[in-house]
Amino acid sequence: MAGLKRKDILGLREMSTEEIDLILDTADTLKDIATRPIKKVPTLRGKSYVTLFYENSTRTAKSFELAGKYLSADAINISVSTSSVQKGETLKDTARNLEVMGIDAVVMRHPAGGAPHFLAKQLKASVINAGDGMHEHPTQGLLDMLTIRQNKGSFKGLKVAIIGDIFHSRVARSNVFGLTKYGAEVWVAGPTTLLPAGFEELGVKVTNRVEEALEGADVVNVLRLQLERQEKGLFPTVAEYSKFWGVNPQRLKLAKPDHLLMHPGPMNRGVEISTAAADGAQSVILEQVTNGVAVRMAILYLLLGGGDAA
Amino acid sequence: MREPKAMLMDANQMNRALSRIAHEIIERNKGTEGVALVGIRRRGIPLAQRLAAKLQEFEGREVPVGTLDITLYRDDLTELSAVPQVHRSEVKFKLPGTVVILVDDVLYTGRTVRAALDALLDIGRPAVIQLAVLIDRGHRELPIRADFVGKNVPTSRKEVVEVNLTEVDDEDFVAVYDLP
Repeated sequence: MAGLKRKDILGLREMSTEEIDLILDTADTLKDIATRPIKKVPTLRGKSYVTLFYENSTRTAKSFELAGKYLSADAINISVSTSSVQKGETLKDTARNLEVMGIDAVVMRHPAGGAPHFLAKQLKASVINAGDGMHEHPTQGLLDMLTIRQNKGSFKGLKVAIIGDIFHSRVARSNVFGLTKYGAEVWVAGPTTLLPAGFEELGVKVTNRVEEALEGADVVNVLRLQLERQEKGLFPTVAEYSKFWGVNPQRLKLAKPDHLLMHPGPMNRGVEISTAAADGAQSVILEQVTNGVAVRMAILYLLLGGGDAA
Repeated sequence: MREPKAMLMDANQMNRALSRIAHEIIERNKGTEGVALVGIRRRGIPLAQRLAAKLQEFEGREVPVGTLDITLYRDDLTELSAVPQVHRSEVKFKLPGTVVILVDDVLYTGRTVRAALDALLDIGRPAVIQLAVLIDRGHRELPIRADFVGKNVPTSRKEVVEVNLTEVDDEDFVAVYDLP
């Protein structure tokens, strides 16, 4: 018997390699359902969950929605702008109300780090973190790892370069927590204003020169530059960012010839990543999206699939 | 190692039963043209492969073999505290127009076969589905029956019938055990 011995998926930091392997193996198997003509299995029939997004998202929200539908679960989606949160309802009340309507899981994205952890303690239902502030985005970390594993076989000794606004990035953090557990050599690179202090203590190499990170890299993961950060004076202009840290085919020549080029999306083409790179032969960006559905199916199956039998 | 209550088949008897099933398949389907085998979950798979080899030996044509994992279609998942590990199903041949013979080791309540039918029909639409099992032990809980049977064995619900195969268990035999 497999099965995760936890009620919630809140972050990769506290998960073991056995748990991560289980999720990745399950995702690999369930991926077939999303890519075959009849995209449906009856496994989670009668289970329901809500996606509760306090921040905008298309990709993650729809990915979770489809993942559940393929497994015959019922999903309802709440985007905060149209909900009672506008009337001042607290997070705890919102979730408690949904739980007593019979919801089995809450998928939550929230601007405050730790919000899903708070909710997980209040609810009997499972809580799945779809991004909490700058803290973690575990399903993104897992789908990135799945993509790497499918193409490279394993993580040990791989040089993985994460490029961009590391400071604000929950995607970077989840990737770091996940990959370092398996002995990958993780590098983060970006402008000094966007590199968190003390990040080396997580077991990664930190540099403000993108070339250093790209040298001999097996995997290049490019993060989206959030243009709001420019308004805070964290980088002077988009053009300057692109000139010094933009990932393009010339810079990618420093990486291994069979490197993987990844991006969590949505891309700012021409800013952090050039169109030529994004659409090039090494890009696995679209595979990441398919793997995202598979990983979310795996998590829903593992958390909701069984019964309450002790 | 627990002691079997009784040995039902040894390696030779299993082999002869499979040969007979292969001939019955050929007789019933007037050859092996348009016929494919799909092994269910664990031990149905090596049995399907052995049957395919015999069909090829007797008729001279290769018969395609697929595999089916029925975990996602089980009707008893909510009774388990931890979900079982899922494995891939693989059916690489075309289903429309094909006679698919599902293969499993033991037919008991029929719920596994029901799940296999649903799993197969979500992959495509075969022309005909038949069922071949090594052992039929009775006690059906659904209206399901096998087309080809190696051996019929009356059992009690307090017993377990286990098929051991060299591919999985290093030995070939079929035995009955008492439930613990």
